[in-house]
Amino acid sequence: MVSFKQRDIISIRHFNKEELLYILDLAKQMEQTARMDVLGGKVLASLFFEPSTRTRLSFESAMKRLGGTVIGFAESGITSIAKGESLSDSVRIIEGYCDIIVLRHYLEGSAQLAADVVDVPVINAGDGANQHPTQTFLDLYTILKTKGTLEGLTIGFLGDLKYGRTVHSLVYALSYFGAEMFFISPPSLRMPRDCVEELKDRKVKCHENESLFGISKKLDVIYCTRIQKERFADPVEFEKVRGIYRLSKTMLEEIGIKDDLKILHPLPRVDEMDESLDKTEFAVYFHQARNGVPVRKAILAAVLGVLE
Amino acid sequence: MKVLDVSAIKDGSVIDHIDSKSTLKVADILNIQNEEQVVLVGMNLTSKFLGKKGIIKIGGKIIDQKEVNKIALIAPNATVNIIKDYEVVKKFKVAVPEVIEGIVKCFNPNCVSNHHKIETKLHVVSKNPIRLQCHYCERIMNSKDIVLI
Ligand SMILES: Nc1ncnc2c1ncn2[C@@H]1O[C@H](COP(=O)(O)OP(=O)(O)OP(=O)(O)O)[C@@H](O)[C@H]1O
Ligand SMILES: [Mg+2]
Ligand SMILES: [Zn+2]
Repeated sequence: MVSFKQRDIISIRHFNKEELLYILDLAKQMEQTARMDVLGGKVLASLFFEPSTRTRLSFESAMKRLGGTVIGFAESGITSIAKGESLSDSVRIIEGYCDIIVLRHYLEGSAQLAADVVDVPVINAGDGANQHPTQTFLDLYTILKTKGTLEGLTIGFLGDLKYGRTVHSLVYALSYFGAEMFFISPPSLRMPRDCVEELKDRKVKCHENESLFGISKKLDVIYCTRIQKERFADPVEFEKVRGIYRLSKTMLEEIGIKDDLKILHPLPRVDEMDESLDKTEFAVYFHQARNGVPVRKAILAAVLGVLE
Repeated sequence: MKVLDVSAIKDGSVIDHIDSKSTLKVADILNIQNEEQVVLVGMNLTSKFLGKKGIIKIGGKIIDQKEVNKIALIAPNATVNIIKDYEVVKKFKVAVPEVIEGIVKCFNPNCVSNHHKIETKLHVVSKNPIRLQCHYCERIMNSKDIVLI
């Protein structure tokens, strides 16, 4: 039987297909009931060593809508970590003040480290370029809701695939559902080799391309990510790349797409998706951002064991 | 009488069947420059099994588990022989453990294990070829990425 009680949520790799579906199903129930007081008296410590708005606020909102309260910080400059306290010491102390920890930290593996030293459950809200499992749950939830299924979809990942941790987690999760994947990026921002090898070990059909031309008509979903200017040593290279990876209504009409294509984006966007797309049936990214709350409510309730 | 490839020691350890090219790395793991007694190193010896093999013999030393684990990462086919009074009294193959703690550095510069004072920990996802996954940052290392601590 699936149980999330007192479990850490560190990496999507730690969950099997049944467990993923359990959370998605619970999120659906959560979406149908706006308020529940199941977490009354529980305290969530929200520790953000790196900036975030959507993840942090949707966790706080989810906790409060379930009747719980939130303590924490949104930047580490104001804490004793700034005085040199180690991450393990900090979480050991904070553990005494809360029932669950949500942690975002710039170092990869930091959430696992925290989980190893404390007894309360730890939820990874992003550790460097590594994992962001609750984002993956909400991406899956959005795909499921807008496509009606997760099985056998053809999905294109577009943009910065090298540093985009949301992509790395999502492709792993989708590998349970027989997805075919197209990785579309400039050569310098390709998927990490170990990621691709892992997918091939898991028998996933995946392809790497430099543009959407020729493949766009096959896609059920496009998962678009932001290309950051800082990643390019040469600004001219950046300008070239920017045009190719910019989605707009006219561009999609020109290259041809499926009528029921859905476009996701973890947001914030800069200009990789033109506003002309916002009002189309294809755009589901705002919807996706809103799904953060029911999905995080499901995770909090499951981990704090109030539903069993 | 049996003719030995490299001459005999009275008591100590013999590491046999080292992939010849890794012999000096194994010597490094065993820190042989600090030994007081006889140390013999042989390379490119003929082996039915490996083609060319290396051997290291260290007088007066019984090698420990931690050293054996390290050797396994570099020379997965090695055999350890413990010698007492010129006889092999114990023989075993090195084996890569399931989890490697404190022996290998994570190759990811942004990994928490390279910034905090914690023991490194890697899970062995494949033994042949060797592939290790960091317990913390989840990155997977191949043999060329392995740096011993
Ligand atoms: N007294 C000794 N001093 C130094 N080396 C020794 C001594 N006795 C054995 N050895 C070496 O230890 C290794 C194992 O010896 P053993 O007699 O078991 O040979 P073997 O039957 O070829 O073993 P294996 O099957 O492991 O190759 C050989 O490389 C041998 O040269
Ligand atoms: Mg022999
Ligand atoms: Zn690591």
